[in-house]
Amino acid sequence: MIRLSIQTRQALSRLVLPAAFVSAFVVMLLGKADTVIAEGARVALADALAPAYAALAEPIGTAGAAIREVQALWQMRSENARLREENERLRRWHATALSLEAENARLKAQLAWVPEIAGQFTTARVVADQGGLYARAALLALAPGHSVAKGQVALDERGIVGRVTEVGARSARVLLLTDLNARVPVMLERSGARALLVGTNAARPRLQHWPEGTLPQEGERVVTSAEANAFPAGLPVGTVRFAPNGAAEVELFARLDRLEIVRLFDYGLRGVLPPEVTLRPASPRERR
Amino acid sequence: MARVPGIRPRRTVWQRLDLVARLAFPVVSAVLLVIASDIPLGLPGAALGPALVLPCVAFWSVFRPVVMPAPAVFALGLLLDLLSGAPLGVGSLGLLTVHAVALRWRRQIARQSFARVWGIVLGLTLLYGAVVYLMTSLLRFAILSPEPLLPQIALTAAVYPALAFGFIRAHRGIAQAMAE
Repeated sequence: MIRLSIQTRQALSRLVLPAAFVSAFVVMLLGKADTVIAEGARVALADALAPAYAALAEPIGTAGAAIREVQALWQMRSENARLREENERLRRWHATALSLEAENARLKAQLAWVPEIAGQFTTARVVADQGGLYARAALLALAPGHSVAKGQVALDERGIVGRVTEVGARSARVLLLTDLNARVPVMLERSGARALLVGTNAARPRLQHWPEGTLPQEGERVVTSAEANAFPAGLPVGTVRFAPNGAAEVELFARLDRLEIVRLFDYGLRGVLPPEVTLRPASPRERR
Repeated sequence: MARVPGIRPRRTVWQRLDLVARLAFPVVSAVLLVIASDIPLGLPGAALGPALVLPCVAFWSVFRPVVMPAPAVFALGLLLDLLSGAPLGVGSLGLLTVHAVALRWRRQIARQSFARVWGIVLGLTLLYGAVVYLMTSLLRFAILSPEPLLPQIALTAAVYPALAFGFIRAHRGIAQAMAE
């Protein structure tokens, strides 16, 4: 050990805190100037932690399932009545859907319709829910040798969740629709008007930039639009809700607060890359 | 490590290992809490990470700063940023500010009752939120809504007593091991 005088040691110990502050600013500037280093560090950490999170997800999932089971037993009667009523309603819809499907097939046959190619998808488990004060993301555990790439669209069983922003060897990060950086071109289903869905970090992202004269309607369905070639058209997003302050927001179909499994669809769209990579032309992974 | 005058027998290997474990407890537990905060439990609302790590940093900076040095606080903030996807360095700066303020007034804070310290920790959470809010706004060139700060403070308020209970016990354990 190096022997220092008491004075020197005291002077050095007084310098530690300012030095830590300076390094915080340096890291901030570095992270801003070189997003590749920041992203590399994030991916490396996520890859290292993903197996641990995946291992923990198993017992936690079991415990959660047990709690849900007890709740279900508790509410069985009311749930049963509700389901019976819903089943009745769905049966009627089923008949309607069958006749519409037949009609749709007949019309498509007459139009020589070119069907869209269904995207290839990978199913992945959400192992960590990575939110900060001003960030919303989910970490997925993947098997090594996966085919997940940046820009793929993540959906849960109800609707769109977000897009893949970072990909490691064993993990991938999905930027949720609610994140401040998330921007999704959408279409209002009733009027056909285009708008932009902007994440605000709250549970409901905001609608912006709809054309003049077509106000979004309360309860109107919102789907993705193929504008800017970032998303395929027609993926379910949510329904329009007006906040008390008059802002048009979208209540998402996807249950972002209880994500368990998502499907990552590859539609081969490379129009607009996710926010983290817009600063440079191509990702280093592809360049290598 | 503070040197207590007097002649005492040399510590055995196990005693030294025990002391190291006790001294490392605050930082190690904070790191584990940050990592564990990302496990999806289906809790809506605020982020759990800052709410768990902030009481750690505040408590140890006030009651035993030796075990929560500035470089460790910096590293904890960086870990928080890396995991949450926030701009790097923002969490570090926020936690270091909390650490510095707590360190500056530690003698006054340490004399207060438990409830008062609880209130002070909430004040420090507000300070942390303000730093993160300002720096994130600056780095993203956007005026953000300060709305997410409120659930964050509420969550920290809810978590602090439970954490402090464990910390007070650990604090006594460290003091005991050092005195032996």
